[in-house]
Amino acid sequence: MALSAPARGGQARTVNTSSDIFLTWGVFGIQLGNLIVIVAMLAVFVLALVLPFPGSRGRK
Amino acid sequence: MTAVTPGQERAAAPTATSAATATPTPTATATATPSPTATPTQPPAAEEDRTWTGRTRRWLLGKLPPDKLLPNTQPSYVASWIYVLGMGAIGSLLFIIASGVVLSFNGPTWYHVSALGHFVNSVHLWSVELFFFFMVVHLWGKFWMAAWRGKRVLTWITGVVSFAVSIVAGFTGYLVQTNFDSEWISFQAKDALNATGIGAWFNVTNFGQMFMWHILILPIGVLAIVAFHVVLVRVHGVVPPLEASETDAQLTHPDTTGE
Repeated sequence: MALSAPARGGQARTVNTSSDIFLTWGVFGIQLGNLIVIVAMLAVFVLALVLPFPGSRGRK
Repeated sequence: MTAVTPGQERAAAPTATSAATATPTPTATATATPSPTATPTQPPAAEEDRTWTGRTRRWLLGKLPPDKLLPNTQPSYVASWIYVLGMGAIGSLLFIIASGVVLSFNGPTWYHVSALGHFVNSVHLWSVELFFFFMVVHLWGKFWMAAWRGKRVLTWITGVVSFAVSIVAGFTGYLVQTNFDSEWISFQAKDALNATGIGAWFNVTNFGQMFMWHILILPIGVLAIVAFHVVLVRVHGVVPPLEASETDAQLTHPDTTGE
């Protein structure tokens, strides 16, 4: 089980206990794995909106 | 006079009867021939409508005709990656069910002692990760295009309910890992659930109860709700994007597009 430590000066701190890595900004803290998943979901959402769909050019 | 025993009498009687009925007059044959609508195997339309099976069939065909259930064309606005994410969640769900069936053959502790079991258990876990991944991005996409428009409220609600039931299914999965993680999670969760009063019926420290919820009740619930969700999408069609013009022929005449 990982514990987060308070950040100083608003900078992100990394606390590593056992195998979990926690990032903390002040009162906000998040496990690195969860942050990666959230960022990946946002990236997929944006890419799904902007990337052209194959074969869509010839449709009415 | 010829003597006839009772057995001979019984044997001879059907022959005489069949001979009499097998040679009808031409007039009798002509009048006995019924019209096609009067045969017992083909009841008239009015009689068919009174049966619950006939009424159910007509209702189903009216709500979801075969070309709507399995369409071969879609409106042009569906040609976008944002419409693929829901199918990504369904594909992940199929992997979850398949790997879960394999795990159920060998029990919840198989993956502790078998490399193959560990692999199948990992497939199960990562399929769940992808399932929630695609479901959340699908949710974002549908939220920002207000997918409840056009009488699609029930489609939206079934999506929300399937998300909620899936969370409970995932939670019970953590409880049946048969390791210290599941023990710690269950002992933390019992306090929260007992505070709500639900702990008397949903005891997270009862492994047998949680196991049956995870492999029977909740999978049936998720599959049923997801299937209903997909059928509703077929019935009402794929929601158009917000910027689509209301004068677009695909929206004003959706039946012509195979939607």
